[in-house]
Amino acid sequence: MLSDTTTIFKRPEALSDNITHYCPGCTHGVIHRLVAESIDELGLRERAVGVAPVGCSVLIYNYFNCDFLEAPHGRAPALATGFKRVRPDMIVFTYQGDGDLASIGMGEIVHAANRGEKFTVIFVNNAIYGMTGGQMAPTTMPGQRTTTSPMGRDVNLAGYPIRMAELLSTLRTPAFIARAAVHTPMHIVSAKKVIKKAFRLQKENKCFSLVEVLSTCPTNWGIAPFAATQWVASDMKPYYPLGIYKDPEREEA
Amino acid sequence: MAKKLMKGNEAIGEAAICAGAKNYFAYPITPQSEVAEYLCWRLPEVGGVFVQAESEVAVGNMLFGAAASGKRVFTTSSSPGISLMQEAISYMAGAHLPVVLINIMRGGPGLGGILPAQSDYFQATKGGGHGDYRVIVLAPSSVQEAVDLMILAFDLADKYRIPVMVIGDGMIGQMMESVEFPGKYREENNPDDYDWALTGAKNRPARITKSLFLDPQKLEDNSFALAEKAKKIKAVEVRYELYKVTEKNRILIAAYGTMARICQTAIDELETEGISVGLFRPITLFPFPEKEIYTEAAKKNIEAVLTIEMSVGQMVEDIERCVLGKKPVAFFGRTGGIVPSPNEVKDKIREILKKKK
Repeated sequence: MLSDTTTIFKRPEALSDNITHYCPGCTHGVIHRLVAESIDELGLRERAVGVAPVGCSVLIYNYFNCDFLEAPHGRAPALATGFKRVRPDMIVFTYQGDGDLASIGMGEIVHAANRGEKFTVIFVNNAIYGMTGGQMAPTTMPGQRTTTSPMGRDVNLAGYPIRMAELLSTLRTPAFIARAAVHTPMHIVSAKKVIKKAFRLQKENKCFSLVEVLSTCPTNWGIAPFAATQWVASDMKPYYPLGIYKDPEREEA
Repeated sequence: MAKKLMKGNEAIGEAAICAGAKNYFAYPITPQSEVAEYLCWRLPEVGGVFVQAESEVAVGNMLFGAAASGKRVFTTSSSPGISLMQEAISYMAGAHLPVVLINIMRGGPGLGGILPAQSDYFQATKGGGHGDYRVIVLAPSSVQEAVDLMILAFDLADKYRIPVMVIGDGMIGQMMESVEFPGKYREENNPDDYDWALTGAKNRPARITKSLFLDPQKLEDNSFALAEKAKKIKAVEVRYELYKVTEKNRILIAAYGTMARICQTAIDELETEGISVGLFRPITLFPFPEKEIYTEAAKKNIEAVLTIEMSVGQMVEDIERCVLGKKPVAFFGRTGGIVPSPNEVKDKIREILKKKK
């Protein structure tokens, strides 16, 4: 029985009480919260070190209540490798957008995953470069209009969007790789499960873990926030199927 | 401790362990790959970390991450590899992190060659990466000095929270000489001793290691803080060596690293011919011995300063800058992996003296 004063919802300890700079309808805030809740629930905050990317979430360290490193464009997995190798007792995670991870940082993410570095990657895929003003990303959908593909992404010139979860799953090294989305409450609940599992596997020193999260960018997509969530469902989800792509626990079974 | 005959590259690796640096990230490149080949088995023996990265870009950033931990970290590379690390060097400088980088220089630009050169002087001493920053640059001229300066490099990096670069050339890396290591090896640093290291936000506010300052005033403050640090370093960390500098010298040679040793041979040989030449050897290329080279060059007996480098002329600009027009500054250099011989040095000196008559 709940009394009048029972707390049923509060800010996770791993989040600071700053106001974020994200645009209305952007789901970075939701994803931050899921990461923070996972860290809290696993009791990892006091030994957590985050690695911030370049892009919209560049200021993530202002919103978390744990130690943070700010990386150059795309290099977060290299920084995380360096830190985690010399402090294997710490919990290290990177938080990267699609421009950061799938474009300029493709080399670092592939090799960190392939070495089986025991840190966690939260990969936020919103199919566009947000911070720099809406240019084409490696994850931009075919036909999607951006400031550098004003007629829509031409797959004959730019190729098809890169599916990072699938690509990294082809590596033989054991890892946990999943894709989730946060455009509906139901999906948020599912996303939390895989994010928490990614951190748990690191806590247990098991493997590299990466969760790709389909996210929204109403500002640069040029549509209203609710329409943006619908676009995730109608356009992104079919091309970027949700699910667990690689799981050391399943492989061991 | 007994002397050991060791290849320069291997001695550099052992010297780092000696300095308590057990965290090494690297990518192979000639002429310094033996450092990684040595440390890949030597580091595990002492409980250290070695990661062979996928690129020098990754190496630089692995150092960046590892350095934020408060432990001693380092890499070794050669010219094109150091170019790829410049991104991270700029970031580490901006974030005030201690790190040691060894550049066993080869000929450039571009892929260049694999033989010794000194053509990365500008890159090392004038910045290299983007932004207002300096790194400390040390230039050994023997394998023993490489060992000694490696140990100093880690101390300076720690003291000033700054990237320190040790620049040798392919010759230093590849030659074998007898070396002596200090009897007692240092213990690894304890990250808890530093108020900036990322050790987990337990019983303290969260710490951030960054070089991003969106507020222009804060960015300017950070740039001035870096400049202030450089000023302090310039005031107290200048190191140089004089060889056969006397009141009889007619020419003062300025040379560093391997080139300085070749000049010593030339100086010895000229001495037997009755020509008196002295050598000014900067050991710190940043901070450059500005006042010291001026003082030596300004002496009445000196007719000209001759800068000799394994490049088409880089340090010579610092020599000209510091001599302030007080004496003529001449230059002789070979590059592309060609090392000037003592005879070439002697010929150049004879040519200068002939013109003087």
